[in-house]
Amino acid sequence: MSTAAIVMLIISILTVWGGLGLALVNLQRHPEDDTRMPEEHAPEL
Amino acid sequence: MSNLPHPKGAPPAKPPREMWSTRKVFILAAIGSAVGLGNIWRFPYVAYENGGGAFIIPYLVALLTAGIPLLFLDYAVGHRHRGSAPLAYRRLTPKAEGLGWWQVAICFIISIYYAVIIAWAGMYMIFSFTEAWGDDPQGFFLGEFLEVSENVNIGFDFVPNVLIPLVIVWALVLLVLAAGVQKGIGRANIIFLPLLLVMFLILVVQSLFLPGAADGLDALFTPDWGALTNTGVWAAAYGQIFFSLSVAFGIMVTYASYLKRKTDLTGSGFVVAFANSGFEILAGIGVFAAVGFMAFTAGAEVGDVAGSGGIGLAFIAFPTIISEAPLGALLGVLFFGSLVFAGFTSLISIIEVIISAVQDKLGMGRVKTTWIVGIPLALISILLFPTTTGLNLLDVTDAFVNNFGIMACAFVTVLLLTYAFRKLPLLGGHVSDVSSIKLGLGWRILVGILSPIVLGYILISELIKKIQEGYGEMPTWFVGVFGWGMVVALIVVALVLSLIPWSSKSAANDPVLDAPNKKEVSK
Repeated sequence: MSTAAIVMLIISILTVWGGLGLALVNLQRHPEDDTRMPEEHAPEL
Repeated sequence: MSNLPHPKGAPPAKPPREMWSTRKVFILAAIGSAVGLGNIWRFPYVAYENGGGAFIIPYLVALLTAGIPLLFLDYAVGHRHRGSAPLAYRRLTPKAEGLGWWQVAICFIISIYYAVIIAWAGMYMIFSFTEAWGDDPQGFFLGEFLEVSENVNIGFDFVPNVLIPLVIVWALVLLVLAAGVQKGIGRANIIFLPLLLVMFLILVVQSLFLPGAADGLDALFTPDWGALTNTGVWAAAYGQIFFSLSVAFGIMVTYASYLKRKTDLTGSGFVVAFANSGFEILAGIGVFAAVGFMAFTAGAEVGDVAGSGGIGLAFIAFPTIISEAPLGALLGVLFFGSLVFAGFTSLISIIEVIISAVQDKLGMGRVKTTWIVGIPLALISILLFPTTTGLNLLDVTDAFVNNFGIMACAFVTVLLLTYAFRKLPLLGGHVSDVSSIKLGLGWRILVGILSPIVLGYILISELIKKIQEGYGEMPTWFVGVFGWGMVVALIVVALVLSLIPWSSKSAANDPVLDAPNKKEVSK
């Protein structure tokens, strides 16, 4: 493989899987709200 | 707030709307929907033909500027209005109901041929054990397996090799859907998605150890920076992201409608979008490593054997690779098994759009609706596609429903929601109310200005191309009826369905869901 191809392979993996990692961290920092509102109510009400 | 009486009195006696048990199940189901056949057989080739390694730049830009913003738009409509696509759009504004039916009609067409490809992949999983295609995979696929007729028309000369697995696929998918949102769709994704990931990871590792794999990766990732000045490359990136994320054809509207009221929509959406792209990159590596091996054994350049992806890659190129590779049977089972699982979870989501719409419209239970929708759908699929003429029909309907069904529907939807109904502030506000990452002016610009420009450009380019060049070597009447005619029929059907009044039993009359007419919540 050429150097350019290796670099682009690494960049592709890092950006996309890195993005997934960041998204998962963000989600973990905002845990699901168990004290949820009753289902028959929309949040606007 | 939780103990407030409902402003319209007691909730109805009807069972409550089905829900995902946790957001994890929703995220898995949404990833299962987004990761489909296109991730495996479309992405690697779009990247290869549009700048190789340099394609990652327009790809990521398209993901962040159109894919994810449109995904949030779908989530907002479904989650705020808690209904199937037609009902959610109707609650947004009654004039928008037709958009929902248009999406249902698109899902109807896609589901009847998508199931067939899963049936083929299932058979090829079995064929992999004996390498049934011998030394002529192309002749086997078109001849012995599909028995493709020379005549391009609609026939009823059935091919048992396809008919039997297709009946099995329909039976399984309807059983999953009849079991409901959590017990059926949720559970299927909890099982199949990890299985798909493990199988595909093993496939990638096995492919990487094949001789010539590095040449395949070199062909895929060597950047052609000049491609970045080509508008066609950018259009290809936006097109790939758009088709890959399952946006704008009702799936994400429907899935988001089963979420609890307080759910982090943007946080979940980023995970879904990047997981989908992560799988695409993995597929690119696995597929091109295998293609590199094919070039190695043929003593040719990767570009000479790469082909153009899609059905040709899966059912002609991969069998060739399986025949040559050490542990070929394992490679075959992993590859075709991945196609089956990726396709199955996507098919579930496509049919759920239709079932959910009919369920809301008629106010019936889940099981009854599944059979009312599923049996006619399965019969049409079984009648038209496992025949000697099915391949041509599949080819034309797939090309037209994607480009002029989904793409046109998305274009019209963003235009109407932005400029006619002016609902983006309301929808963005709703997402921000419940989510970790807020949507503001930037999101409205991306959805209301950038997306219609890009979608319009792709749509018009395709329109000009198809009008000038026709479609392949298909007869004009065939393309006219099953291509152009079908996409026009989708719009007519959508308009007719939106004119049919909702009965008193329908979910449209559920008083708990009148929130859209209220003003945005004050903080």
